Amino acid sequence: MPDRLDLLQGTLDLMVLQTLAAMGSLHGYGIARRIEQVSGEEVLLNQGTIYASLVRLQQRGWIAAEWGTSDNNRKAKFYSLTRAGRKQLTKDAAYWQRLTGVMGRVLAMSPSAGEK
Amino acid sequence: MAALQRFLNRILSFFSKEHHDAELEAEVANHLDLAIEDNLRRGMSPQEARRQALLRFGGPQQAKEHQRETRGLPWLDILLQDLRFTLRTLRRDRAFTIVAVLILALGIGANIVVFSVVNTILLRPLPFPEPQKLVRLTTKAPTCGESCRTYSADATEEFRERNKSFEDVTGYFAFTGPDNFKLMGQGTPVPVTGLLVMQNFFQTLGVQPAMGRLFLPEEALQHSRPTVLLTHAFWKRQFAANPNIVGQAVDFDNTQVTVVGVLPATFDFGSVFSPGAKVDVFTPYIMKDFEHDGNDLALIGRLRPGITLGQAQAEADMLFPKLDVDLTHPEYHGDYTASLFTLKDYVSGKLRRSLIVLWCAVGLILLIVCVNLSNLLLARAAARGKEFAMRSALGAGRGRLVRQLLTESLVLSGAGALLGLGIAFAAITWLAHQGSIALPLLSSIQIDAAALAWTLLIAITAAIVFGIAPGLRMSGGNLQEALKDSGLGASSGRKHDRLRSILVISEVALACVLLVGAGLLLRSFLRVLDVDLGFQPSRAAAITVDYDGNADGAKRNAIWQEIVTRVEAIPGVETAGISDNLPLSRNRSWGISVKGQAYPKDFLQGTFVYIVSPGYLKSIGMRLVAGRDISWSDGPKDQKVVIINQTVANKLWPGLDPVGRMASAGGADARVVGVVADVHESSAETAAGWQMYLPVSQQGPEGANLVVRSQLPPETLAPAVMSTLRQINPNQPATEFKPIQGLVDHAVSPRRFFVLLVGIFAALGLILASLGIYGVISYSVTQRTQEIGIRMALGSSQLRVQLGVIWKTFRLALLGMAFGVVAALATAQLIATLLFGTQPTDPTTFVAMLLLLSAVALIAGYIPARRASKVNPMIALRNN
Repeated sequence: MPDRLDLLQGTLDLMVLQTLAAMGSLHGYGIARRIEQVSGEEVLLNQGTIYASLVRLQQRGWIAAEWGTSDNNRKAKFYSLTRAGRKQLTKDAAYWQRLTGVMGRVLAMSPSAGEK
Repeated sequence: MAALQRFLNRILSFFSKEHHDAELEAEVANHLDLAIEDNLRRGMSPQEARRQALLRFGGPQQAKEHQRETRGLPWLDILLQDLRFTLRTLRRDRAFTIVAVLILALGIGANIVVFSVVNTILLRPLPFPEPQKLVRLTTKAPTCGESCRTYSADATEEFRERNKSFEDVTGYFAFTGPDNFKLMGQGTPVPVTGLLVMQNFFQTLGVQPAMGRLFLPEEALQHSRPTVLLTHAFWKRQFAANPNIVGQAVDFDNTQVTVVGVLPATFDFGSVFSPGAKVDVFTPYIMKDFEHDGNDLALIGRLRPGITLGQAQAEADMLFPKLDVDLTHPEYHGDYTASLFTLKDYVSGKLRRSLIVLWCAVGLILLIVCVNLSNLLLARAAARGKEFAMRSALGAGRGRLVRQLLTESLVLSGAGALLGLGIAFAAITWLAHQGSIALPLLSSIQIDAAALAWTLLIAITAAIVFGIAPGLRMSGGNLQEALKDSGLGASSGRKHDRLRSILVISEVALACVLLVGAGLLLRSFLRVLDVDLGFQPSRAAAITVDYDGNADGAKRNAIWQEIVTRVEAIPGVETAGISDNLPLSRNRSWGISVKGQAYPKDFLQGTFVYIVSPGYLKSIGMRLVAGRDISWSDGPKDQKVVIINQTVANKLWPGLDPVGRMASAGGADARVVGVVADVHESSAETAAGWQMYLPVSQQGPEGANLVVRSQLPPETLAPAVMSTLRQINPNQPATEFKPIQGLVDHAVSPRRFFVLLVGIFAALGLILASLGIYGVISYSVTQRTQEIGIRMALGSSQLRVQLGVIWKTFRLALLGMAFGVVAALATAQLIATLLFGTQPTDPTTFVAMLLLLSAVALIAGYIPARRASKVNPMIALRNN
């Protein structure tokens, strides 16, 4: 698995929020796996870093945590999006879309375009 | 919102670390279990499944650490860690900690005290609303005492009406002596100091009564109902804080006076207007009563909004020369001038320089303390070099090590500041109750918020100043070298040695500056004490005497004669005499000139007047240089007589014998019967003015002070004197019998105060510098034990070893003193105006202080030198 993407600052939080929005309640391992799968194994993710992101989001009140039981009958901490989290996700996603749009246009600039 | 929530959550989780850690632990374990299970399902071997799970997780320890940092307050964690570690190390190094904290406490405590004094007197506004608008009006270049600084009732009234600069102008009667009233009706009459103030006095200052009301305009009219305002202290003391006092009548001097109000506890007339004086009650100054009495009002005004001091001064310059002394006698010319000062400037302006010097001195002390602490820490650094090298080797960054060291410095200075606050609190409480120190506002001194902020500031600054050098040195050392360094006798000590020597040299230099400054001030103070005051304060005491104020000259003469004769009959009394005013206290001035002679303008000066009984001059210890004392037989109908001082004699009759000549004294012809040596009437430090002494039978005195000269202490004599006075006059109030020395002490108290403080600081500086020298020399002896051992084994004598160490000490001290003398010469020029009869380059002081410093340095060096010479070569060589 060479040549994987390094995560930009702050992007992990957004990924976690989106994952929870899409999947509902999920435990840490589940979120990490899900992000890896969706990214097509392209993201270089130390799964452990997810926990710093989770506690940060939790302290901001965007996700809530609760101990529960997983499919294979294990006790695990499940995270879910709060209402504030959902609002934040809409905001952050829109921002991200705009940013990538701008980045796309800037990077699409051809060398001759500026020389009129 | 989310950020705030996060911050609160971080604080919360800081306090529930165990719970969160346990949850995280469980979560991570659970995560790994799930991953392993997944991997097993994919067909990996159990070993491989676990390895892959851990690999993907990426280091559980880091992940947990990362989460903890995100979750809690990592800087606080580190701080607490550093604190715990600091307290542990300091507890282990108890001797060092105690010495360091004590030194810091003394330095910081002294700084808090001086800051509080400076803050109280110089920085804090006066305790009145809009104090910057309050202005004191006083004569330009006054040539005599209070009489030349005051204005007549008519002039005041005219100025009040004509000026456009002031919202209002008010004044108080400037010639009130202590215990001028007696409170009757409660058994023994109680002596009371009452001050006459213009009706609008408190309104102009902006003082609101604590109870009742202020004076009404009609209460300042002639023949109005007598009223009085009580000070808070007097109300509490004399009337047991009776809440119903307002409206009641009290008996002052057999007159029923209605109490209209009680002033607030925050108003202390003496502390603002007349340091050291205490006033008990205020009564209205009735303008009409004083219209022919000349100058007696000290004026204060409140500027209108938007008027500057300069504008008011310009207007005053126009108005004052035109004012009349007495409207019914327009032919008397007032020749008034007015110089305007803000009240604050008037109260504390003269002290500014002294206070700033004091502030600088105490700043120097703090600097010496810091240098000393730096030195102590460097000595410790040598011992702790390995500890820090080890921590550094284990991965602590330089910043982390400096932070640890700064934490130590802060803990030390924090402890020092706390102890210093305690010391300062005690000192300030003591100062606040020193009524005998004639410094304004001192009674209101306290450790307030500003002082606390100042404490915090200097504690932190000090910690950084003394902590940074050792901190950088310690954390910046070469790792390898430090780990290899066996501690004793190794080469790295040399660098330490040099830095520490530089510190000691600067300490000695600073101490030198302080010592020379203190020496010069002390010498000035001794010079002031040595001044020939013109009277003998020792063995004399005075008491305020009550007598029938309405008696005419003959009757008064008889009463005073009876008092003097009967008091002189008391066993142990040498002489007794009465004067209405005493030297170095209240004064007033009249005029004197040669009868019939015209003088150029400004030749004559206001002449201090003392109305005295025969025997007074002898009792107070004045010297009659020609002629005779007045006698009881100089009656009201006889030829008026006057005694003048030498200054008047030299000015009015230069080269002639004035005795027997005629003068015009206080507007009446009088024959000069005697000449006395000059008396320092206003202060020990200024030259004597013109003075004259008139007999009680021929002039109206303002009160009476009985002066008794005796070998016996005043307290022994007091009962007999008091009972004699009571026999003569049952209404004699229980006034205090005070030593005349008290007047002198009071007059020189500001200088004594400054000398005492600067002296204490200099002593402190000396001790600290000697400690510094001792520390460095002692450390170098310890380090060189082996070397000394070898030298002694090779035949060096004990004396040679001792001399070697002492020479090293002396070299440090000499260098320090060389720098110190240069700095001291510059400093001495700055304080030149504070000196009295002493040159800023006074060689005696310089030599004495340098000798003192050398002697202390040598003692500090001798102790380790002795130890060095006692080194046993065998043991020293076997060691290590």
